[in-house]
Amino acid sequence: MNVEILIYGTINSVSLALYALGFAMVYGVSRLPNFAHGALFVLAGFIAWTLLNSLGLNYMLSALLSIIATAAIGVMIYRFVLIRVRGMEISEIIASYALGLAILEGLRWSGLKGMTYTLPVFMEGSLQIGAVAVDYQRLLVVAAGSALVAFLYFFTHYTRIGLALRGMAQDERAAMMLGIDSDAMAMAAMALGSTLAALAAIFLLPLGNIVVEAGYNVLILAIAVCIVGGLGSWAGAVLAAFLIGFAQILTEVYLGAHYQMVVALLAIILTLVVRPSGLFGRQKELEERV
Amino acid sequence: MNTTPLLQVEGITKTFGGITAVNGVSFTVNDGEILGIIGPNGSGKTTVVNCITGFVKPTSGKVYFRGKDITGKPAHKIADIGITRTFQVMRPYYSLPAYKNLLIPLFSPRARRTGGWRGGGRLGDRARVGIDILEEIGFERDSYVPYKMTSILPTGYLKRLEIARCLALRPEIIICDEVFSGLSMSEIASMVPLIERLQMDGITIVMIEHRLRELFRVANRVLVLNFGQVLMEGNPDEVMADPSVRDAYFGSRRVEEIMEHA
Amino acid sequence: MAAEQLRKERIDRGIKVRTEGIYALMSWRELLYLIGPRFLLIAGMLLLPLLMPGMYWQRVVSIVCIYALLALSFDFLAHFVGLVSLGGAFFVGTGGYLAAILNTSFGLPPILTVFLATLLGAALCTVLLLPCLPMRGVYFAIVSLMYPLLLARLIEAMNILGGTDGIMGVDSFPNRWIEQYLLIAVVLIFLFGARRLVNTDLGLVLRGIKDNDQAIRASAMNITHYKALAVFIASIMGCLSGACLVHIYMWSGVSQFALDFSILPIAATVIGGSSTLVGPVLGCLILVPISELLRDFGTLRIVSYSLILVGFIVFRSEGLMVYGQRKYHQFERWTRI
Repeated sequence: MNVEILIYGTINSVSLALYALGFAMVYGVSRLPNFAHGALFVLAGFIAWTLLNSLGLNYMLSALLSIIATAAIGVMIYRFVLIRVRGMEISEIIASYALGLAILEGLRWSGLKGMTYTLPVFMEGSLQIGAVAVDYQRLLVVAAGSALVAFLYFFTHYTRIGLALRGMAQDERAAMMLGIDSDAMAMAAMALGSTLAALAAIFLLPLGNIVVEAGYNVLILAIAVCIVGGLGSWAGAVLAAFLIGFAQILTEVYLGAHYQMVVALLAIILTLVVRPSGLFGRQKELEERV
Repeated sequence: MNTTPLLQVEGITKTFGGITAVNGVSFTVNDGEILGIIGPNGSGKTTVVNCITGFVKPTSGKVYFRGKDITGKPAHKIADIGITRTFQVMRPYYSLPAYKNLLIPLFSPRARRTGGWRGGGRLGDRARVGIDILEEIGFERDSYVPYKMTSILPTGYLKRLEIARCLALRPEIIICDEVFSGLSMSEIASMVPLIERLQMDGITIVMIEHRLRELFRVANRVLVLNFGQVLMEGNPDEVMADPSVRDAYFGSRRVEEIMEHA
Repeated sequence: MAAEQLRKERIDRGIKVRTEGIYALMSWRELLYLIGPRFLLIAGMLLLPLLMPGMYWQRVVSIVCIYALLALSFDFLAHFVGLVSLGGAFFVGTGGYLAAILNTSFGLPPILTVFLATLLGAALCTVLLLPCLPMRGVYFAIVSLMYPLLLARLIEAMNILGGTDGIMGVDSFPNRWIEQYLLIAVVLIFLFGARRLVNTDLGLVLRGIKDNDQAIRASAMNITHYKALAVFIASIMGCLSGACLVHIYMWSGVSQFALDFSILPIAATVIGGSSTLVGPVLGCLILVPISELLRDFGTLRIVSYSLILVGFIVFRSEGLMVYGQRKYHQFERWTRI
């Protein structure tokens, strides 16, 4: 039993981290709360499915094209909508939320319902770990997720673009004075964030169906991870993902399967009450408390 | 005679991330005096005020008001005790008539308890009290200045409005953050009697200032800060004569020598 | 050498300036200027049920009022206090379920259930939203977004309060005329009430929280306390609309937490003119009938509202009432620079 909890807990936690990465990246770099994140997730899955089934393309190719398409859509969202409300946080939320809503409900209207929309897993079969059989896909999720987090850490700490993004995250005006173009960086961040959303979709959607509800769930989970971990902190987000991930698995085992979202929401409320800057929030508490 | 100082600040330290803005600042404010706080830019003056008035939580140290520990209390509670402050960057309500700016502080529990400035413990009609306060601090009633739109008032009036906002709370202390800045010589000349009048009415005043000459005319005592620490403390003459104060503001004399011979 | 340059100038109309003070009572013309629009609004809304061709459209009038209350609460919170509520459905669902429970389990008549559900619901909603009030506005938006989604899932998952089927058998209003006129009266009362409120001293404090919270704190007032008050007032409007809704449909279900109730009020506010308080009501008068006409298109409605919303925000359009007020109160002319 405990091994099972450990394994599924880890898988769930890494999944949460994957969901949250795109949102955290965009917010961390350009302080843009991209509430269309969940929509981009589902959209990526849908594009991949369409390419795979209607055009008969090879899976790898479909996945790749889907990632590129989602990144492009993310950039366009910034370029045509968010750029005009830049700086007004509330308007950014409403605009990105409304766009996400339009995408998700548009997909729902055009027929994305039911059990028929699935993405194939990369590898069939499973591995025996102790008494538990874990599918390869799930193992792949953990491997890919960890690799992605490591890669992003390396990228933002050791490459020029990555450092520029971090510079923006720390102090936008100072970065601008050093010649870093704020809008270009925001578009890069949106592209990166959308790519991460698409990657998460490619790895995680094969574990279930592509449903519109996932869009809302992913958004909530991503926000929960970011708030609990502290907006702007890598370590915090990872730790939060694990905390919430294991909490969810434990409630599933002992209370039943329907409380996952409750856990996420309770985590948010608890954080706001006890420690609003999150676990490792780098922002001064003053900024969070008005 | 009350021997407890009105306000006692002990070892206040505030760090923001890696920067120590204020490092172990201690001083007292005595009942009824005018204390000036000066220091070059970045010496931590406004941060000290923020720590005292609750807008920022000090990393360590204590603040006592009449012997009671008020460290770390939220800003509105500290204002409720009677410690009020003005803001360096003023943000009055430009779209409202001047007197309406005072309706907000007059709405507070403290104003209701004390009746506001000149109130005898009962708060009368808020608008009337507000206009009375404005008139007292220099808004000429017969020119209808209190009724004019805040957006058309010059800086001198706006600075007085900031002080009026504090008066509405019937304060024990007013901490003025650079209230002389942006004013012309004649405007400052007319502000000084106002400050002195407030002192005579029993309000203790702390003034953070850059305009040293004008400050030294009103202040009873002056505190000098530099790099987040207290450099020295004394009456205006002592401070003016002190060489370390001059160094802090203008750099060491060696620099002057070098510049002369360069 | 410079060509003659013209600049557009907007000046308050003479009649507007004359009506600013007590002198408004001096002449019929000025009185009419002030009272005209308001009279038009009240008369128009009161006549509405009589003009509707048939029961279906009379039902639509009631629904318009439900949404109008929600839009009012959104506009009030967002533009007068600075709290953006992305989850109007939270209030509707809470008020609705409470009213349904009071009616079916306790047998109380609609008049009482509406009254009690409004008060209890508002208290409950305020308490639940309390944790995020000391924070920046972003957190309120996030939490308000999540509550309706969460509560809907909880009800379905735990199968409480009727689960997916909902609570059936809720009494309806005695007759449809009462239903409509009650709602219209409520909307008008809250509309004019809110307009009065924002100009009182309390209203000034609330607006101060939006514009200049430092000054409010320096004026010895607890911001969280006043935000909670504002949320309570807004919740009253929202829960009231939810409570009435279940009596109209005679049913309370998870669909009350649906996105419609969250997004349509926002779209209506933006189209009708934000921060005017009248604008949102007007926006509902426009959007709800359109929404009814588009009912066959399913969730395409939500797509359209969302896109319209984005359009308005992005192009920073004024909104109908803002435009209308500007035209009414000011005139424009070209002046030479």
